[in-house]
Amino acid sequence: MSNSTVTHQASVCYHCGDKLPAIKLSFDEKDFCCVGCQGVYQILSENNMCNYYAYNDTPGQRIKDDGHFEYLDEASIITQLINYKDKENSIVTFYIPAIHCSSCIWLLEHLYKINPAIFSSRIDFLKKEVTISYKHENVSLREVVEVLNQIGYEPLISLQDVVKEKGNSVNKQLIWKIAIAGFCMGNVMLFSFPEYFGLSALEKEFQYLFAWLNLAFCVPVTFYCARDYFTSAIASLKQKFVNLDTPLALIIAVLFIRTAVSTIFNDGPGFGDTLTGLVFLLLMGKWVKQRTYHHISFDRDYRSYFPIAITTLKDNREKPVAISEIAVGDRLLIRNGELVPADAILMKGDAWLDMSFVTGEAEPQQKVLGEIVYAGGRQMGEAIELEVVKPASQSYLTGLWNKEFYKTDFKKRTFNDSIAKYFSIGVFVVAFAATGYWLWQNDSAKAWSAFTAVVIVACPCVLALSTPFTLSAILSVFDKKGFYVKNTDAVEKLADLDTVVFDKTGTLTSTHNSEIRFEGNLTPGEKLLVASLLYNSSHPLSRQVLKVLNPSKIYAIAKYNEVVGKGIMGVVNGRMVYAGSKRALPFEVNMVSSKENSGVHVMIDEVYKGCFSVDQQWREGITSLIGDLSEDYDLKVLSGDTNKDEQMLKAVFKPSTPILFNQSPHQKLEAIKALQAREKKVMMLGDGLNDAGALKQANFGVAITDNINNFTPGCDAIMSGSSLGLLPNFIQLSKDGLTTIKISFAIATSYNLIGVYYAVQGTLYPLVAAILMPISTITIISFTSLATRYFARKNGLK
Amino acid sequence: MNILYFLIGCSVLVALVFLGAFFWALKSGQHDDIYTPSVRILFDDEVKNVTDEKSDNNHISD
Repeated sequence: MSNSTVTHQASVCYHCGDKLPAIKLSFDEKDFCCVGCQGVYQILSENNMCNYYAYNDTPGQRIKDDGHFEYLDEASIITQLINYKDKENSIVTFYIPAIHCSSCIWLLEHLYKINPAIFSSRIDFLKKEVTISYKHENVSLREVVEVLNQIGYEPLISLQDVVKEKGNSVNKQLIWKIAIAGFCMGNVMLFSFPEYFGLSALEKEFQYLFAWLNLAFCVPVTFYCARDYFTSAIASLKQKFVNLDTPLALIIAVLFIRTAVSTIFNDGPGFGDTLTGLVFLLLMGKWVKQRTYHHISFDRDYRSYFPIAITTLKDNREKPVAISEIAVGDRLLIRNGELVPADAILMKGDAWLDMSFVTGEAEPQQKVLGEIVYAGGRQMGEAIELEVVKPASQSYLTGLWNKEFYKTDFKKRTFNDSIAKYFSIGVFVVAFAATGYWLWQNDSAKAWSAFTAVVIVACPCVLALSTPFTLSAILSVFDKKGFYVKNTDAVEKLADLDTVVFDKTGTLTSTHNSEIRFEGNLTPGEKLLVASLLYNSSHPLSRQVLKVLNPSKIYAIAKYNEVVGKGIMGVVNGRMVYAGSKRALPFEVNMVSSKENSGVHVMIDEVYKGCFSVDQQWREGITSLIGDLSEDYDLKVLSGDTNKDEQMLKAVFKPSTPILFNQSPHQKLEAIKALQAREKKVMMLGDGLNDAGALKQANFGVAITDNINNFTPGCDAIMSGSSLGLLPNFIQLSKDGLTTIKISFAIATSYNLIGVYYAVQGTLYPLVAAILMPISTITIISFTSLATRYFARKNGLK
Repeated sequence: MNILYFLIGCSVLVALVFLGAFFWALKSGQHDDIYTPSVRILFDDEVKNVTDEKSDNNHISD
């Protein structure tokens, strides 16, 4: 998308833009990297939809396996998924992670060309959602999803979609309030202008009318727009605690009462303009604070990791069942690449489970018949049958979410709340001192006006504004660099940490950039033999190795035999070639390699040739990152994997750093708790479900991922793997942000002191307040945005 | 100058109409997706083939 002027290059796949392998597919004079990409092109060209390729070069995505969508025929699942249904039409909304460019929008909004029964589809690009309306007489939900899958846009249908929460309504109400406050503010300003410029005798007759109109506009602002401040203030006072809303509510109340009193007794103009302006600005600050990322969810739990349904076997018949309806004793059928949704006993088949996301172990584990298989593992190999021993919601893994042991008492009060108390006390002391002085002077009118004026002029609105504006500016700096923080409060927490805990697999190492290495010797001719054999297998490892070998030609193969999950063999060019796991080798081999259980081992004609192994790669910049962090922070490593990488970790970390291996998810959680019990403020970096408990418990949990749209456990921030090296800069910027807030507070205080000087004398004219407030607000907002820019540049983030 | 009373009433009324229009737009979802329409408008209309008879009948209507 970035350089759309570059025309299509011959060396990449026309559909997905991947580099073409040596054996490429050609169709319509276009080159494709795989059958999947070619298939999509065929469908699109048959339906006259090649415009897809006109808007962007290589807009497509590589197709993964064929999905199983049988469960979408179940009426109970359909009713959970669709938004609306009448006699003819159904409407459904899907989340499609693959949406990334304008071609996607074009294609998905022209689905009716492929199947006219899908008569309308609308995309929300930022949310990556498509809303599809279809005639359910002519096309089923399953067929709709299959059409999407065929063209490479498989929707992500997870359990969490079923229980979609409508989180948007709160935000909408805030916009209503802002609109009303802004409307009232504009009108009040209009009616206050004559007062500012001085009224001639002729205009005096309008003064009464203007005052009443202003009061009328103040009523909705006070009682509707500013309502939250009153409820929040009352709630916090009940808990004998002062938050920032308490003085704000007091000021709004005083402003309103004083405006009402001066209007009713017709003694001079009220503070209507200050009141409406204040509420409008406060709500704007609130709105800035609430900005969220539409496309990222920070509160994911196991429900969005698991699929929505799974195949069960009943009387030898396959039947899809919703995960929530799985009962103890059900027989499950798990195909290659599918997730085990509940703790179960292996009944049939050869289970090789990739548990890396659950336990952190990098290599797949083999399970024997009768052994318990924990939920969350992904089956690699042939289909297996399991018998459920615990329902999905009570499995070992989901237990991590359900427990109620997570922090709340660790939550630090924000800078604003901690200063609000002293602020309120200060204001009251000055206000009562002024009142007392004027009462002592026997001037009760002045006492009243001095009291109200002090409260009004000492408004902490700058505090309420500088924090959201500064922190949201920092958030947008972060998100340009691939670091997505949940909200502005989390930025404050980021600045106040002293311990950093790392997970290993997927956090310090990257699973995506894994490198295939061959231990042993293969001549170019033998490489071709191996490649020809692997060409016939669809196992992910075979595809990976084949990509590395990149053969120039492929021999025909005879007597091909694939033992799923173990290996493949066949006769190529008259020679017997075998590739697969070590345990399944047809002959005993003296192992030279350290990779006992993993890798693709190769034998040609009864001679062991060696092994292709997948090495995990350390993420870039780890060494300098650890070096930077260890100066200011206590570091710790909690790995769920075995200690095979201990030497490499020891080389990177300081010798004093505790490095623990074989940590279960619960041990990780306990380790974080133990640190917190020693008054440590812990940042946890992790990626998998096995870190979910620790991420949630930590003061600041960061989920590392290579693809922002992938599943990540619930956390305070999501970071893309490539940005990990910038972590010290991120932390420094958040600290600088807090400095900015403190400086702006000092600036605001100096403005307030000027106002208070007039206020204690009881001579604060409404015009002064009406001018002082916007000036101080403008100063603060421009100061915070300039300071944030400056600090971002200083920290190398701009 | 009494006409001013009438004019002030008018100005408040007009302002209220605009406020109402904003709420209507907010309620009908015009602010929900503020990015996609800007892309959608750039797509060209397709040149109709003679053989292609009915695909455009089902064009998105809302």
